[in-house]
Amino acid sequence: MSLTGRKPSEGARGPLLLRALALSVSGLLGTVIAFILLSGVEALVRGQGLGLLGAAWNPAGGKFGILTMIQCSLLLAFSSLCLGWFLSLGCCCALNGLAPRWAARGLLGLLTMMTAVPTVVYGFAAVFLLVPLIRDALGGTGFCWLTAGLLLALQGVPTMTFVMDGAVRSLAAETRLTATALGLSPVQHLSRVVLPLASRSLLSAAVLGLGRAVGDALLPTMLAGNAIRFAHSPLDSMRTLTAHISLVLSSDIGGGEHLSLLLAGALLLTFCAVFSLLARRLSQRARGARL
Amino acid sequence: MKSLRKLSCLFVFLLAVASSVSAAPLDAFKDLEGTLDIAGGTAHIPVMTQAAQDIMTFNPKIRITVAGGGSGVGVKQVGEGLAGIGNTGRPLKPAEVEKYGLVTFPFAIDGVALAVHPANPVKALTKEQVVAIYSGAVTDWKDLGGEPGAINLYGREDGSGTRETFTDKLLGKAELAPTVNVVNSNGAMKTAIAQDKRAIGYVGIGHLDSSIAGVAIDGHVPSQENAASGDYPVVRDLFMNTKGEPTGLTAAFIDYIYSEPGAKIIEKSGYIPIPKGKK
Repeated sequence: MSLTGRKPSEGARGPLLLRALALSVSGLLGTVIAFILLSGVEALVRGQGLGLLGAAWNPAGGKFGILTMIQCSLLLAFSSLCLGWFLSLGCCCALNGLAPRWAARGLLGLLTMMTAVPTVVYGFAAVFLLVPLIRDALGGTGFCWLTAGLLLALQGVPTMTFVMDGAVRSLAAETRLTATALGLSPVQHLSRVVLPLASRSLLSAAVLGLGRAVGDALLPTMLAGNAIRFAHSPLDSMRTLTAHISLVLSSDIGGGEHLSLLLAGALLLTFCAVFSLLARRLSQRARGARL
Repeated sequence: MKSLRKLSCLFVFLLAVASSVSAAPLDAFKDLEGTLDIAGGTAHIPVMTQAAQDIMTFNPKIRITVAGGGSGVGVKQVGEGLAGIGNTGRPLKPAEVEKYGLVTFPFAIDGVALAVHPANPVKALTKEQVVAIYSGAVTDWKDLGGEPGAINLYGREDGSGTRETFTDKLLGKAELAPTVNVVNSNGAMKTAIAQDKRAIGYVGIGHLDSSIAGVAIDGHVPSQENAASGDYPVVRDLFMNTKGEPTGLTAAFIDYIYSEPGAKIIEKSGYIPIPKGKK
């Protein structure tokens, strides 16, 4: 009696509190997003229309184009994502039966440790180890797309691996008996049953990785060279939108430079939003096809 | 309980004694309060903010704000009464002095040294060669008498005071090559040059040490002494400007910059202090 009597009130109170929380948090988030987007639009309007989206950056001549940085941001993010995603997939498979148990345990420990390493440590180590290596082996200055891409891929691996691992582990446990009964080897089980079932998580890991790769400011600033031009080869120096924001912000100037920052911020937000919407659409389609 | 209170009293007393002893030049701020806004040159910012912090810690009734904007903004803001002190990295133009009635206080010399890896044999360049390097006309060290190899260009971000001095005094109107790598501090520049045998870049003179080698320009060797004596050409003075003779908090702030601790702050920021009334 008392149980049935209490349940509705608790059930009503819990969701109410949760709903209020959800509303206030999403309201806050919405305000921030609206503010960033509005600033971006304002920058476009005040910055003589499409001048801010041009290729020329020359503050002395009144040109504040950020097109080169958009190209560099996208190139760097997608290249490091490709590399990082496949590395993560490999790590995830190794953790789930493809590697001997001791190796899997070691890998898990390593990945857990890597999540705790601040980005600046990767950047600093790379300046002293990877940059000279690339400079001596491949030429150029060593501060380039390749260096930044490698490090960005590396820093994204633990997060993506854990997202994949979460799904793969539980799906593997669910289907193991059936798969074994059907005579599938562990490798076949993983590659034919679990991974296809986990496609949604694999995709969301990619979106997460892409968001981090496009949004990371420190590694590109420290490692990519920051020259303002279109990057054509992996050894070219490049400046990403995030690096641009951190470089120009450090000297607090008004005018065209400032507007270009607002626009860069709005663009970064738009990129991330578009990626995650696309991924959601794709994963829905994937689920629909399977059902 | 009692002894704890006694102990804390003693501690507070000691703290008060210690701060009053160490802060003798700050005594001028003891009875002052109010707000001072500072705007203008970006190279000044580290000096201004450190001084402002010292003063505001000593007397919390004083509020000092420091903003950038560049020399032009500095003149405009102080002239129109929007800021108490307007900083410039160049002498005032006669028209500006006349229009606003500004009084100027040079307080530091900002020198910028061209630097290469210590193992690089090229230790002297002409101004024309520097322009050719940074505009991308010369791209190989062998054209400058060094070991053959591509020149790796390093520069500073837009708005950097170091970059401004370097560009104004050496490059003039020359367009920069798009291949210039950008770093965002003197420290990062030193790291980049110290590791890269084919690098060339520039740092504030105060940041030259054995890890990188300064390059003489037209025979003038970059050093603090040469910058102070006027022998080294890539220097500029940093100025504070006020509208009319400064009074009250503004005057006290300017005096603090010229004081012993002020000079220390200036040196720590990589500049050479100028004593009051000189020049």
